[in-house]
Amino acid sequence: MTALLHQIFSGLAIGGIYASVALALVMIYQATHLVNFAQGEMAMFSTYIASSLIGWGLPYWVAFGLTLAISFAGGLAIQRIVVRPVQDAPVLSVVIVFIGLLVIINSMAGAIYSYTITPFPSPFPSNAWYGNSFISPHEAGSIMVTMGVLALVYVFFRFTPLGLAMRAVAQNPVSSRLVGIRVGWMLALGWGLAAAIGAAAGMMAAPIFYLDPNMMGSILLYSFAGALLGGIDNPWGAVIGGFTVGVLENIAGAYLVGTEIKLSVALVIIVGVLVAKPSGLFGRRLVSRV
Amino acid sequence: MSTASAAAPAVPKTLAEKSAVRSWRRAGLAALLLAAVAMPFLVSGYHTFQLTIVLVYAIALLGLNLLTGYNGQISLGHGAFYAIGAYTTAILTAQFDVPYWATVPVAGVICLAVGFLFGLPALRLEGLYLALATFALALATPQLLKFKAFDHWTGGSQGVLVEKPDAPWGLPLTGDQWLYFFCLACAIALFWAGANLVRGRTGRAIVAIRDHPTAAEAMGVNIALYKSMTFGVSALYTGVAGALSAVVTGFVAPDSFPLFLSLSFLVGVVAGGLASISGAVFGAVFIEFVPNLSDEFARNIPYLAKWVLGYTPNVAEQAATASQWTIYGLVLIAFMYLMPTGVAGFVRVLSAALARRRGQGGLSRGNLNHRNWPGTTGPANGGGNP
Repeated sequence: MTALLHQIFSGLAIGGIYASVALALVMIYQATHLVNFAQGEMAMFSTYIASSLIGWGLPYWVAFGLTLAISFAGGLAIQRIVVRPVQDAPVLSVVIVFIGLLVIINSMAGAIYSYTITPFPSPFPSNAWYGNSFISPHEAGSIMVTMGVLALVYVFFRFTPLGLAMRAVAQNPVSSRLVGIRVGWMLALGWGLAAAIGAAAGMMAAPIFYLDPNMMGSILLYSFAGALLGGIDNPWGAVIGGFTVGVLENIAGAYLVGTEIKLSVALVIIVGVLVAKPSGLFGRRLVSRV
Repeated sequence: MSTASAAAPAVPKTLAEKSAVRSWRRAGLAALLLAAVAMPFLVSGYHTFQLTIVLVYAIALLGLNLLTGYNGQISLGHGAFYAIGAYTTAILTAQFDVPYWATVPVAGVICLAVGFLFGLPALRLEGLYLALATFALALATPQLLKFKAFDHWTGGSQGVLVEKPDAPWGLPLTGDQWLYFFCLACAIALFWAGANLVRGRTGRAIVAIRDHPTAAEAMGVNIALYKSMTFGVSALYTGVAGALSAVVTGFVAPDSFPLFLSLSFLVGVVAGGLASISGAVFGAVFIEFVPNLSDEFARNIPYLAKWVLGYTPNVAEQAATASQWTIYGLVLIAFMYLMPTGVAGFVRVLSAALARRRGQGGLSRGNLNHRNWPGTTGPANGGGNP
């Protein structure tokens, strides 16, 4: 029983990471109907930046905040410089641009920081009061950080004029433009926010998975699964889906299939969800008029 | 009315133009085939090997293009079918002593079945959702191939060795040259079949499903059957390519089929040109040679730096060792900026512009658009966008 509870809690911790990345994916999806395949690599690169900042002697939380700011600027810049010129191109061309980004960021991380696996510090002391036999302090802390990020995102979108403008753009860009919202910049802001959320997820993931240029591959996949499970057009569904996938994956890895083919769990979840309930658990069902 | 009378004499002219284009195209095709046959006698063994790989990729890309370009279903997981084909050949030759040429159709049939079955749930997935499901398939493939329970067949992470065949019937060819001709024969047969498939009634149904599923259904096209069948045929092509790749490289291992392979296929299809038979060849050349050229360029960075700056900075050395894929990615993005419809689309636009300059005004332009209809509409726009 203890073992099962332990699996569930660490599943929740990892699920929080998936939930954050899933939220980042859904944010970009809602605004542009595109899935950013480079999301994971962007988060990985941010984590490397955090690692360098800590290496230069900055306190962890200062480095954390700085990394979020740098990632935000980076995401904004990528949208303005790389994605914007192709926004009217066919969907597949945009997908190819994302793949190009993925390859570039991955190989640049490899060139700058090398492909060796490096440890990443956890900000949570190993004897903290919130750790116990079920859950390690880092896992508990990581859940708290994820929840904090999600709460901030919620407050931003729900209670600020800027958040309202961004939601308006996602819903109806033409009308938003007509009432004076700068649609292009709202999209860029969305990319910046998604990059920052991904960076937070990466920094929480790195102490568990270790830091290497390919660390985000499987995380991205599980996040996709989470986003789909919750409904890819519903941010809160995506968050819940992310947590669910984290727990499912951990339990399946421990008791059902073993860790070797854990990735197939994501495949099964994705195909299963898409076949049984394509709109996800909380997604809007699409009814099309013929 | 004056436009109509002015346009009327233009019709036979464009028809003549059409047949002229057709005969030019035929001549070009013959020249290309001649060059393809002469190639292995003109270049080194290694380059012959590279060209063989291009042929293999071209077959796989044609398969993916049938699915993505013509039918509008995005797949990021065709590396999985490539792997199934390769492993079928490897296991049959290594464990059952089946001759390599006999394993190729077997691999094709197995992939047809697997692709058809995967296509059934994929029916409910449109656009992006299918892309995600196949993305998961691509990521899971190496892990599944390493799975312990299949070790006996797949050799685990060690993989399986495939014996490279020599030229039969005492032909005066090296092994590489023979394999090149073997793949060339397969490619010609499959391209001929593919071109006919696309041109015929079935092809029109496939394209109609991409462009307007509701209208296609109203016309009596069985969407479920056609979509799964397209998936199956697409997997067949890719599986045959995988089987050939196993023979050509003489080795299969789980890590030869990473996510990157599947992504490369999609890159090849889009860079070559969607919904275009020739696009598959352009795309194959792209994914085989652009990474190599990027590598060569990256390795020359120190010399370039020395030439420009007069000395070799440390950074240049570092960049040389690791920037191959960075350059590849940059080329990829630049390519999408310059030719969003791929090489084949670019050629089409170019030739249309030339014809327009020669012809007079609107009608010939309309005719050109009509003739190039499958490609000009581009891919189905992600299908299931809410």
